[in-house]
Amino acid sequence: MSQQTQQAPFPGVFYRRPSPEAEAFVSPGDSVQAGDTIGLLEVMKQFCELKAEVTGQIASIEVDDGDVLEAGQDILVIDVSEGEA
Amino acid sequence: MNATRLLIVNRGEIAVRVVRAARELGLTSIVTHSEADADSLAVKLADEAVCIGPAQAAKSYLNIEAILAAAREVGAEAVHPGYGFLSESADFARRVVEAGMIFVGPDAELIERMGNKAEARRTALVAGVPVVPGSPSAVADVEEAVKVALEVGYPLLIKAAAGGGGRGIRTAADEAELRAQLPLAQSEARAAFGDDSVYLERFIERARHIEVQILADGERAVHLYERECSLQRRRQKVFEESPSPALDEAARERLCASAVALAEHVGYKAAGTLEYLYDDDSGEFFFIEMNTRIQVEHPVTEMITGVDLVRAMLRVCLGEPLGVVQDDIAIRGWAVEMRINAEDPDNGFFPSLGQVERLTWPTGPGVRVDSALYEGYRMPPFYDSLVAKLVVWDEDRASALVRAGRALDEFTLEGFTTTAGLHRRLVEDQAVRRGDFHTGTLELWLDTASAASAPSVQEQAS
Repeated sequence: MSQQTQQAPFPGVFYRRPSPEAEAFVSPGDSVQAGDTIGLLEVMKQFCELKAEVTGQIASIEVDDGDVLEAGQDILVIDVSEGEA
Repeated sequence: MNATRLLIVNRGEIAVRVVRAARELGLTSIVTHSEADADSLAVKLADEAVCIGPAQAAKSYLNIEAILAAAREVGAEAVHPGYGFLSESADFARRVVEAGMIFVGPDAELIERMGNKAEARRTALVAGVPVVPGSPSAVADVEEAVKVALEVGYPLLIKAAAGGGGRGIRTAADEAELRAQLPLAQSEARAAFGDDSVYLERFIERARHIEVQILADGERAVHLYERECSLQRRRQKVFEESPSPALDEAARERLCASAVALAEHVGYKAAGTLEYLYDDDSGEFFFIEMNTRIQVEHPVTEMITGVDLVRAMLRVCLGEPLGVVQDDIAIRGWAVEMRINAEDPDNGFFPSLGQVERLTWPTGPGVRVDSALYEGYRMPPFYDSLVAKLVVWDEDRASALVRAGRALDEFTLEGFTTTAGLHRRLVEDQAVRRGDFHTGTLELWLDTASAASAPSVQEQAS
């Protein structure tokens, strides 16, 4: 099984959930389809949905809710599904 | 004046604007900044600077405890909130005064009163200022809303009483939509503003947004004529001018007199703006809200009246009586302001980040630039996308638009995309040249423009 690390496409503030009270979009162990929302990145008061780049299972999440990310910083690692690898 | 050490609790171009006014008044300017703004132009230009916390606004520019601690540390005697952030927080104004400092703005009670839209409407009615037909106060539930809507008329707007800046507004075309939208509007208002009060207002579909600038010392108020701010996208102003091409002398006098009446009725002290909807067809105007702060677009008023609003506001708030009477204030020429945002108009106005690699501002007659950019500056991603205000004055409106085009042609910014190219197309537009637009015009224009042609390679490069 291969792993894919997904990175921030631009700098911004990372959010794991759609609103402060809501459930996290994804947690370690969750299955995701490519295109599923995995988090939000706020840049200049606009919110951009981050989409899973591959189908698989979330292996780890490298950043916390509300963290300030640099462009290219690792966000999470996905164990890529067999069919995709 | 009753203070010499001025703390400026803001960032970007408005922090620079206030530093300049402070310098001219002989005040010591102290700029508060977040960790992300340590190398900002305001910090470089100010006499002193103090860090108030991490990059996120909630932890710095909105953090009242941290700001008050910094104020104590630097020995501030007065606090200027700029616009946005805490500028219309009654709580902040109160805490500043309780800490023994002067708040550069009106009293906390007045901010509270005018900041609550339902309360502001009631105040306007008492002062004899026309308001948009709507519910006299907040509506409690769907049944009351439906009953009130019969008198107000459809289509209507559901507005959060505590909202502002174009946020917290929904529309309903008929009773079914009102029934569906009202609970959503209430829960949105609760989530966004901590208060679920909403009220109803007639939706005037072809309205202009015209606002009146006032200046008052608690005893007396003067107006500095109107600004036309109808060219908006998503209820955010894009291009403003003064005076408005829609008003004749009689309408202008009526509108401005109503603003002075309301300001004097509440004993207003500071610079402030009363926003109105203006119905082009009927010539009616309706008060919608009051902004109890200096506004982004204040320079167009300064250009046509010759009054330095930021300095005048500091003077009255630091205890001087108003230095002008109404007869001193006259309109001379025409001014326009183009908001230069770090957004890509050809890519859905997506934020455009980067470092300023090359920068040439336009200069020459009638051109003013308010900006915090400099060559080498790297824009932090945490705040508003406004990076410059290009303000142009000329003898008349047609000349001002030509000069605006000339100024835009001189402007060069390499490193990221801005909305300057959008303004270059706007100042050539026939409807803009005729002054024939309302608050929905720009969005229609953008839809049509993007449907008509995919952006050319040249436009993308500019």
